[in-house]
This record gives sequence, C-alpha cells and structure tokens, in this order.
Amino acid sequence: MANQGPAYYSPYPAAVYEGVITPPEGKALLLETVVDEEVAMREIAKVMLTKENATIFPGPQVLYGYNEEAKKKATLIKEMAEVLNAKMIPMYDYRPKYPKIDAEVEINPNHPNLTIWHNNIKAAIFIGVHCHYANVALKMVRCETDCYTVAICGLSGHEDAMATLRDQHSSELEKFIKIAREVKSELKL
Amino acid sequence: MAIDIYKINPEFRDIMPKEIIDLEENATWAQNQEKPRGIKELPETKEILEEHSLCAGCPEAAALRYVLSALPKPEETIIVNSTGCTSLMFPHIALHTVHSLFGNQNAVATGIRRVLDWRFPDTEKDVVVLAGDGATVDIGLDYTLQSFFRQENITTICFDNEVYANTGGQESGATPKGQVFKMAPTGKKFEKVKMWELAVTSGCHYSMNMTASAPKSVAKAVREAILVAREIGPTFLNIYTPCILEIGLSANEGLGEMKDQDKDRFASFKHVSPEAEEFLKKCKAEGKL
Repeated sequence: MANQGPAYYSPYPAAVYEGVITPPEGKALLLETVVDEEVAMREIAKVMLTKENATIFPGPQVLYGYNEEAKKKATLIKEMAEVLNAKMIPMYDYRPKYPKIDAEVEINPNHPNLTIWHNNIKAAIFIGVHCHYANVALKMVRCETDCYTVAICGLSGHEDAMATLRDQHSSELEKFIKIAREVKSELKL
Repeated sequence: MAIDIYKINPEFRDIMPKEIIDLEENATWAQNQEKPRGIKELPETKEILEEHSLCAGCPEAAALRYVLSALPKPEETIIVNSTGCTSLMFPHIALHTVHSLFGNQNAVATGIRRVLDWRFPDTEKDVVVLAGDGATVDIGLDYTLQSFFRQENITTICFDNEVYANTGGQESGATPKGQVFKMAPTGKKFEKVKMWELAVTSGCHYSMNMTASAPKSVAKAVREAILVAREIGPTFLNIYTPCILEIGLSANEGLGEMKDQDKDRFASFKHVSPEAEEFLKKCKAEGKL
C-alpha cells in the first residue's frame, strides 16, 4: 500500500514510506521516535531558541478570527513568538503567487523553500496550516532545505516534520509556552 | 460565520501583507452592505480576483471579473469549476472554489448544494458552476442537462469560446458549423448546439445567451440568475468569451469580436419562467437587484 496513492507521484520522499507514522494520542514524534509530549515540547523549545532565524509560520486556521478558539490561539502564538524570540511569517492562504512571491514577508505552501532559503531560516514551526497543505509543504522543506521543521497540529500530527505535536489546542499551547519559558531560563537566554 | 474567515486576528495584522488587509477592509462583501454589489465598485475596491495567469487581453478574465463583482453574497458562495482555461484563474480567487473532473461540474455542484442545504438550513448559500463550453456543452452535457431535469438550485455559467482552447484547439459542441481549428482541420460538420434553448427545454427558469461586451448586462444577468437559482430552480447563462489566440486575434481585439457577435451567433436571448419573473419583481421591490 505504501507505494500507492497520490503521494507516490511526488518527487519528494514521504516519511510514511520509511515506516514513520504519526504519533499515538498523548504522544509526540521527534524524528522517528515516539516520545512523551513534554519531552518533545522541551526539545522543540530548545531548537527554536538556539537555531538561527527561528520562525513561526501561522496558517489560515489561526490568522483569521473565525471562532473563539482561533482568536485565543492567535494571542497564544504571539506570546509564543515572544518567548521563543521567533519571527513570524504568515501563510495566509494557499493561492499560488503570481507574478512573484515576496519571500521576505510571506510563505506559500506551493514553494515554501523559497521563503526559507531567502530568510536563511534554520528552525520553523508550522501552526494553523491545513493538514493537506502542511503535508505538501513539509516534504518540500525537508528535501530542499536544512530547516528543522516543527508541526503543531490540532489533529493527528505530521510525520514529515522533524518534530510534531498532535491534538494541540489552546490549553496545550499554554503548556508549551510554560515549558518554553523554563527552557529559556535554563539556557540563560 | 462565513465572513469571519476574512477577518484577520488583531495579533497578526502587523505581519499580514497589504493585499490581505485590503481584502478584509476594501473588498465588497455583502454583509453590512445596503445596496447590491456591482461592477461600478470595481475601480475603487479590492477585487476578489486580482491576479491571474490567462493570456493578455483574454475576454474570459474580464468576464470573470464581472461575474465576481456581481455575486450577491460572495462570502456565502461556492464556485464549482471544471478543467479548461477557467481553471487557471480559480486558484487565485479569494472565495471557496471546487475544481471538478472534466464535465462533472454540475454533478459535483449538486452534491455541494444538497450538503449545504442540510448543513446550513438557515443560511442563504449560493452554488455557481462556472465552466467552459467543452465541459458544459460537450463532455459534460449529460451532467449539465441532468441537473436541469432534477431542478437543482444551482446557477450554471458557461464561458463559451466555441473551442477546446486550453488543449490546442479541438471543436466542441458549441463550435459553429464550418469552423476550422488547428486540431479540427476539416471544419466542424454540425451546427452549434444552442445550449441556451436546450436549457429552457430542460427546465431552466432563467436562460440567457450573451457576450461579455457589456459589463453591466453580464453583472445584471449573473445577479438575477443566482437569485432565481437560490429560490426557484436551475438557471443558465451562456456568455461568449472568445479565445483570441485560437481565432487569430491580438490582445486588443477581444472586445471588438464580442461586439460583432452581439448581432450574430450571440444575439441576445433571454428566457425567464413566469414564476422566476414574479420572484425577480419581488427582489427588485426589496432592493436586491
């Protein structure tokens, strides 16, 4: 089954073909290893605090205030960016960009590598990006760049990211921010 | 909730590009608008389609702008399209669009319409099919007509360029008799299918044949067709948008070609069923038109 379906036609290798699948409920994935959520959160915070030009890519599900949860998440993501000293570049929709993308200020899932190359981003968090586009973008980023990708997902996570947290809602984001603060003080940043 | 998906969370306003802020602030959404949307707003508002990858001077791009400017409730509209030149524009529209398999557009729209009625019984939602003549009158003729027979509440708009332009110039059902194209070198052997008449026979409550030469007329027809489809039953618009490349015209000659055809194959045809006429009178009295 692994060699069937649309992903098989992608020029980019898919982690699932290597047997890497999304983590079970309550767990997280670090590269190929299933770990406790807290362990992954600590690692993600450490990576984001120490790699060059760490950036958060908020997607449409958090950029637009279409319900209370989205509004709450927006506030938390802003706080998260401050704690992690991270830049933010929006992935505001999925329309292809013509005539040319402004890689300085935006990211498009059809060619996410351009923004990452241009800004020399070494670690990135994808959050609020619809899963089908996150799956495309994460494969491209992994193959075309040396960026450490983190997928913070409200559903079951993304095996193509270097680190993925699943079932992340506002309460989990609050937990992540708390852990990030702790890591930041441990690293004396 | 639909309009809320265009409202940017205040925390992210500082990182959003100007075009997206413009879309929220300056696009004409139906919500909080007293007068119906229309083409008169095009020069001063943010367009729902701003960039596209069609050929320079393509009349289809202009026609789509008129269509989008006239949607009664863009934030509550879902556009279903099919393979063809139009599908090059749809990924750029800031609305919900669904691309369907070639010719299947009216079947897909039927499913969407029914689910919307079930999922949002208290919200007025519009389903608009927008496809070329190949998808509507040729490969997808069966699906188009069956949706009319079933009296589905959808608006079908055919951008009729009388050829399969996107694939190099094959004849379609809408190609006029005798027309020669690159991939139809001996000329079309049959008459052009008068889809607007077939639509009437098949049960459409509103059917028009026209060109895109007069923006106001296109906008008016779109608005009327969508309102009728919402309340009464299927509606159909056949709009001539010539492929200037396939018929050997340059980028500035599309409008002239459409004006010429206003008096020929695309001479104005309009059918409105008695109940639709009654309904449109009511809409006019209520200021919806």
